[in-house]
Amino acid sequence: MVEVITNLLAWFADPVNWQGPNGVPTRVLEHIYYSVLAIVVAVAIAQPVGIFIGHTGRGGALAINLSNAARAVPTFGVILLVFLVAGLGLAPVLVALVVLAIPSMITNTYAGFRAVDRDVRDSAVGMGMTGWQVIRRVEIPVAMPLIMAGVRIAAVQIVATATFAAVVSLGGLGRYIIDGLAQRDLTQVLAGAILVATLSLLTEFGLSRLQRVVISNGLQEESEEASMEASLEGRTG
Amino acid sequence: MTQGIFDWAWVVDNLGDIWAALAEHVVLTVIPVGLGFLMAFPMALASIHWPRLYSPLLGVAGILFAIPTLALFVVMIPFTGLSKATAIVPLTLYTLLILLRNTVEGLNGVPVHVREAAEAMGYTRARQLFRIELPLAVPVIMAGLRIATVNTIAYVAITALIGQGGLGNLFMDGFLRQFPTPLIVGLVLSVTLAVAADLGLLGVQRVLTPWRRDPG
Repeated sequence: MVEVITNLLAWFADPVNWQGPNGVPTRVLEHIYYSVLAIVVAVAIAQPVGIFIGHTGRGGALAINLSNAARAVPTFGVILLVFLVAGLGLAPVLVALVVLAIPSMITNTYAGFRAVDRDVRDSAVGMGMTGWQVIRRVEIPVAMPLIMAGVRIAAVQIVATATFAAVVSLGGLGRYIIDGLAQRDLTQVLAGAILVATLSLLTEFGLSRLQRVVISNGLQEESEEASMEASLEGRTG
Repeated sequence: MTQGIFDWAWVVDNLGDIWAALAEHVVLTVIPVGLGFLMAFPMALASIHWPRLYSPLLGVAGILFAIPTLALFVVMIPFTGLSKATAIVPLTLYTLLILLRNTVEGLNGVPVHVREAAEAMGYTRARQLFRIELPLAVPVIMAGLRIATVNTIAYVAITALIGQGGLGNLFMDGFLRQFPTPLIVGLVLSVTLAVAADLGLLGVQRVLTPWRRDPG
């Protein structure tokens, strides 16, 4: 055990591991690049859908059931399958990460919209707001704790799961784990594991900070409860 | 040879291996969820008895849950090598957050008047827990077990990278041989297993709570 820790410290202290295409900075940036790309695409797909079904109430049950079923799909298998079908490239990883992230975003946004008090919505309409204005000025701000909780849990899932990019020959922090396992180099494997865990905890922490900024002060307490609920929905990475 | 994306002949030839992978997947799901519940249940009782314990216990379980699966599997290797335990320990730890929280919420959700009535009827604390509170908490506890089980089924596949894997072995097999059939079989069985387990547990819940069933 002591030896494991000494080796790890030596690994992190070795300048070789901090330079070039296999250095920590490059791998961290690659990891962040895949993750941010996936989060942006997932938000672009999931939020309009969530907002639409949340605002109209149409198709809610179907979307929730589909999302729950999607949660049972092992992302790891999806990455490998899309890789076999589509070939080498960023696409397989991106597709799998986006598929992984969409359910928690849709269900949370939908739940957030549904939780908006009927009276609040009715008075907005009564004040003469159009449907679009109700969405932008009333429903989105009030639903923000849950919307953000969905984005956060999805982002953490994505960061954790982007590790598997290395399985299909891409970069990112998973490289250390996959290469280390192949070379029976436990130190490298553990270093990769520590880096991934740190990055995903930082994502969690960073987004909960952001959550405080974008959520109206009156809703902060609900926001904490919403995050707790959302974090229980599980993650497949 | 014209062969589509799916090769039925492979499935027929390898039924034995597919069955073995599925059985291993079930074992690697049942043991962690079972162990997780055995750990979470006393933790939940302790949290209710000493409410101050709840927050720290939940916090630790939350941090464990936030660690990426592959990372935690890999961190286990120095302790347990490439054995079953390397898969089982992290899978068990991942279930704790959901099981602890749902058990506590379920037991806390028992209405006060019900509790008072039981007390007034002379129920001892233990009898009250097992005869009144637990049955009433079953739906919330079972909801936790269902989420934990479905999550675990999805995570088990990843353990193929550390020499375990159940259906994950079919993923790796298909991937390494550039042959989609095993991968598709693995994915379909994995999702089917998750849905079946979810419905099965829902059935158990119905049996345990006959008073909640809709008449007719």
